[in-house]
Amino acid sequence: MPLFYRIVKHLCLLLWSAFVVMPFLWALSTSLKDANAITSGATYIPWLQFQPSSQGWRSLFTSASTGIDIVGPFANSAMVTLLASLISLTLGTLAAYGLSRFEFRLGFIKNQDITFFFISQRIMPPIVLAIPFFLMLQQLGLLDTVAGLVLVYIALLMPIAVWVMIDFFAGIPKALDEMAMIDGCTPIGAFFRVILPNSIPGLVVAGMFCIIFGWNDFFFAFTLTFTQTQLLPVAIVSLNSSVTPWWSLSAFALISISPLILIAFVVESYMSRGSLAGAIR
Amino acid sequence: MLTLNNVAVAHSKSPLIDISHKFEAGKIYTILGRTGAGKTELLRVLMGLEKLSSGQILLDGESLASRPIWARDMALVYQQFINYPHLSVLENVAFPLRRQKFSKHAARERAVHYLRLVGLDQLLGRHPSQLSGGQQQRVALARALAKNARILMLDEPLVNLDYKLREQLRDEFPRLLKETGGNSVILYTTTDPREALQMGDEVVVLHAGRIVGAGKPESLYHAPTRIEVAAVVCDPPISFVTGTVSGGQLVLAGNNPLTGVDAAQLPAPGAYTVGIRPDSIEPGGPINARVVLTEISGSETIVHLQFAFGAAIMLLKGVYRFQADEVIDVSIRVGALLMFDQAGRNIHAKKG
Repeated sequence: MPLFYRIVKHLCLLLWSAFVVMPFLWALSTSLKDANAITSGATYIPWLQFQPSSQGWRSLFTSASTGIDIVGPFANSAMVTLLASLISLTLGTLAAYGLSRFEFRLGFIKNQDITFFFISQRIMPPIVLAIPFFLMLQQLGLLDTVAGLVLVYIALLMPIAVWVMIDFFAGIPKALDEMAMIDGCTPIGAFFRVILPNSIPGLVVAGMFCIIFGWNDFFFAFTLTFTQTQLLPVAIVSLNSSVTPWWSLSAFALISISPLILIAFVVESYMSRGSLAGAIR
Repeated sequence: MLTLNNVAVAHSKSPLIDISHKFEAGKIYTILGRTGAGKTELLRVLMGLEKLSSGQILLDGESLASRPIWARDMALVYQQFINYPHLSVLENVAFPLRRQKFSKHAARERAVHYLRLVGLDQLLGRHPSQLSGGQQQRVALARALAKNARILMLDEPLVNLDYKLREQLRDEFPRLLKETGGNSVILYTTTDPREALQMGDEVVVLHAGRIVGAGKPESLYHAPTRIEVAAVVCDPPISFVTGTVSGGQLVLAGNNPLTGVDAAQLPAPGAYTVGIRPDSIEPGGPINARVVLTEISGSETIVHLQFAFGAAIMLLKGVYRFQADEVIDVSIRVGALLMFDQAGRNIHAKKG
């Protein structure tokens, strides 16, 4: 019954799409409302059900006392996330390559123990780390600074990079490294000339995870900053005062999530492309 | 000249024991042995991928031990088709040349030349994943040949190819290797005795980590020095039965005397292992045998027979079909039998 099957299939897809897309549409709809439209019952479609207003969007870019500054937190978030992701990815990739290709041994500690050590950083709840991080940054004079947040986020993101890249390197046959060395590359040359160019899909995925986790983190952005270095998630929450400006909040949320939507599209195209076909059959 | 002196590798899945041999430049050495005999291990030691436990590897008198992998001036074609997936066919072949400090232009020209030799000059811009298995292996071969390395190693290069391609490349390889590898010591490992005997100027037989025999293909085939050599150079496989020499007679297992044996040719009385090659059994004759299985291979027929003294294989030119359990009359050319003593040494090699 192919027709029936197709109908069911498309219904399911439709249902899921609605489930995923609805919150975005709702936020978009809310961002176009004013105080009146918000309090007068559930309405969804601008122009038809309510008169749209651009005040939510305008308020984000005006520095007047009534406005909310989004540019500062956005720039801070971008800087912290990108720097921390880049450093985590660089260090994490090198660490993962070392762990996947060479045998380390220090007493009873072997490769898999080192790998577990990296990944175990993500096992404990972040709250456990809050006080130590706070005290450390305080000692260093890095509380409420971009540099301090970058350091903390590297500690959070590098395990992800190591984890993803170890798995990826495990899929690249060691014979490829060996062939590169037979063909005249030093081990470092083999890594940069052969392994790294073939690892781009893995690097993209690891980088994406780093950026998503870094960009979305609220906990450390909240506990380790006061007023000087506000990141997006904290800035959004701070909008929630005695009178919540739902229109600004919705617009703010949409803007802060937009980079991740772009990243998702880029990554999707990488993930669907085959990666290592042809190295070994 | 590559010289191995008492080379040993201890801590390995297939250890090597006391390997000594001299390999001359410009000759093809086929290293024949079963899976796990240590063929790949030997190549890995030469490349520097495996640590030498003891012994010496000398290339033109200079020890290789202190040289790292990338400074050994060797080339390898591996049984899996290993190419660089991110590089085009042309870039793949030029890759080692660039490491040898060829200019970009010179590397390109040389790469094109070798790709033309292997018949891939129309596919320079393709990536390895866009090629068939045979084409991928040709890229790997072109890359290895273009380097003009002092040692060229081919580790079962045809094993993952289909039958037709294997035949074709088996014919092409010796010509290509001779044309281009004149200054290289060429080592070619295989488990296939046909390949080894057809391609090798000299065949080295490896068994359980030791060299058990070495020599020109024809002498190795006709007069194998040891039982392991006889076992591995023969395809379809040689059959071994126990036999006893007593009273001027050769008596095979189960008290079956073999007639027509020249008593003067027989060794001292005692127990021996008798090797019967498939081409030394012929149809028609005084001996009864029961057909177990008939295999048709190309234009030859391989008949598995059960004799009173044990199992053996008969090779016939042409295609025949026998019923299973059919009893047929055959004869054994006693002059072509191989006899090995208890230690596995050939004491009675006769040209067949």
